[in-house]
Amino acid sequence: MKKTGAQILCESLIKEGVEVIFGILGGSVLPIYDTFPQYPQLRHILVRHEQGAAHAADGYARAIHKAGVCIATSGPGATNLVTGIACAYMDSAPMVAITGQVARPVIGKDAFQETDITGITIPITKHNYLVTDVTELARTVKEAFHIAQTGRPGPVLIDVPRDVQQEQTEFIYPDRLDLPGYKVFSRGHPSQIKKAAALINEAEQPVIIAGRGIIISQAYDEFREFAEKAQIPVAHTLLGLSCFPGDHILDLGMMGMHGTGCANMAVQNTDLLIAIGMRFDDRATATTKEFAPNGRVIHIDIDPAEIGKNVPVDVPVVGDIKSVLTALNEEVERREHVDWLSQIEQWRCEYPSQDIRQSDELLPQYIIRQICEATQGDALMVTGVGQNQMFVARYFTFTKPDSLISAGGLGPMGFELPAAMGVKIGRPEEAVWCVAGDGGFQMTIQELATITQENIAVKIAIMNNGYLGMVRQWQELFYGRRYVDTKLWNPDFVRIAEAYEIPGVRVKRREEVIPAIQKATEHPGAFLIDFLIEPEENIYPIVPPGECLARFFEPSRTETWKQKSGVSITEF
Amino acid sequence: MTDTRHTLVALVEDKPGVLNRIASLFRRRSFNIESLAVGGSERPGFSRMTIVAIGDSAQVEQIRKQLEKLINVVKVSAITEGDMVTRELALIKVKATASTRSEIMQIVSIFRANIVDVAPSSVTVEVTGDEDKVNSLLGLLRDFGVKEVSRTGRIALTRGSNS
Repeated sequence: MKKTGAQILCESLIKEGVEVIFGILGGSVLPIYDTFPQYPQLRHILVRHEQGAAHAADGYARAIHKAGVCIATSGPGATNLVTGIACAYMDSAPMVAITGQVARPVIGKDAFQETDITGITIPITKHNYLVTDVTELARTVKEAFHIAQTGRPGPVLIDVPRDVQQEQTEFIYPDRLDLPGYKVFSRGHPSQIKKAAALINEAEQPVIIAGRGIIISQAYDEFREFAEKAQIPVAHTLLGLSCFPGDHILDLGMMGMHGTGCANMAVQNTDLLIAIGMRFDDRATATTKEFAPNGRVIHIDIDPAEIGKNVPVDVPVVGDIKSVLTALNEEVERREHVDWLSQIEQWRCEYPSQDIRQSDELLPQYIIRQICEATQGDALMVTGVGQNQMFVARYFTFTKPDSLISAGGLGPMGFELPAAMGVKIGRPEEAVWCVAGDGGFQMTIQELATITQENIAVKIAIMNNGYLGMVRQWQELFYGRRYVDTKLWNPDFVRIAEAYEIPGVRVKRREEVIPAIQKATEHPGAFLIDFLIEPEENIYPIVPPGECLARFFEPSRTETWKQKSGVSITEF
Repeated sequence: MTDTRHTLVALVEDKPGVLNRIASLFRRRSFNIESLAVGGSERPGFSRMTIVAIGDSAQVEQIRKQLEKLINVVKVSAITEGDMVTRELALIKVKATASTRSEIMQIVSIFRANIVDVAPSSVTVEVTGDEDKVNSLLGLLRDFGVKEVSRTGRIALTRGSNS
């Protein structure tokens, strides 16, 4: 029996195990939506903006380690997905984005709502397709899911013209793939693993940089065994947080521009860096010119193109982290590193970056720590971008594997709310906290409607300082405290939430924090807390742009910093 | 590390948009292309592309690996100068009068090039060879007045039986 392109698409999605689709309809996807009632096993979440669909699919994908699916119509629908696709691409999240396209006869004629979305998304997808023949559709879907979910994951876009959705053919789902140019390096080369182990066994001051690759590979146990066996301290990239217990004696917290003093000092003074599933992002390394000057580098990653891209590497190991670490654990020797670990403890005392300063004001650090304590570290934390993200990264102690969902690479404000929806739908049994800034929250605020319509029980904590906080901090430190266009007039977020039938409270004082978190936790559905925080609180330490990791600045070290650099922070 | 010319030979699937993907990659990563030539290969459905890129050796290795990541790219080799046969084809339209035509024909014959079109005031020369040969001929013909030039860019294969 012949089936339409729309039916073939739905049945192919079901073959790939898809259960949830995030999207919003329009003219060029009407045939697809028209077939949805035939496939009740596909749950469609109706978002209010396509960017929300893409971020939600991304959050969902990160939560369940399978491709998230989003769908949008041609033209503006497709272009609205772009931010979310670019975000998934930068952070290696598996996604299949489906877009409607105008009918084949009018492609290239500048038809209504026509956009060359495959052309637009070439640089931000792992691969993309324009399906011009309905007989190619099933194979395309199979390839798309394979490419999105294997190797280094990433987004794949399938553009389907409206008339292809209506055209009929036999549905045959291929069981084999023919991708002659697609290579996945799953197992590390044994001789490279031996070379890496030899360097690790002779190192005196080794440091691990743990990246998101460990989480993608779900190699928590193998990684912990590795760090513990060789007694190597662990610094994290932002997205590497929650791959290793944050309360572990070997854990240094996050490194980088806003990293802990201890992590940054350890990286800069190491004799061997073991970089695992990370890509030497500039926010993690600061200037690469003076990065870890005496450290040899072992780089373990599944993507060969990451080797040597930003930092020269002594021993590359290309492969899946879990398989490489399993092999490496056989080769590395038990070590103590007593002197090195005592030096690390000294730095931990010298730079107590985790301490919260004494203040009567409502500090975001305090709030994050209270959320951590109230949830006993068991919540999934979804963040926005900016100060709120850094406060979570630094003051939430991640003890539960795979519990941070944050947009690291692209840094799109507005990620938090739709991503949290996706995370909650993917892992409904777990508590999901969405930590937003007041700026970013208003970039995707319309998804409150989706949350209510679909009954998605996320807890929203707004760090409301009345500023675009991170930018304001830069203006304060590097632009002579000239706050150009960072001050925000905000609506009453509790009343906004109320209009969306989401209960909420406003918190102005310290003593109200714990009861508010309690209330949010006890409420069965979505809940919003508007925390009116100290408006000019900064995230410290900060490594000023162009500086190396060791030259971080925090108020308590101002004098030392001036001595070392000879300039005051405001002179940048 | 110094910038030099590097030749990359890629076997790619002959599908719509492949050239766009490759050009987009070069632009996005700020790699410089000096020339790019594409045509059929020994495998039906696959094309061979020769790219001359400028950069230091680390950059070229990065280009090669980024190209390899493209789904439609099957294999990329960075070939060193001594290990390859390279050719380029050029068409050169030269001003020619009754008095200069025979001199042009002599030069063309020394270069084992061909005259492929003759008009009252010009001749069109077809030359095949490596870039040096094409450049030398072009240099000599400039004295007569070159009206138009079209060059294909380098195509290359490795020497011997290696593939």
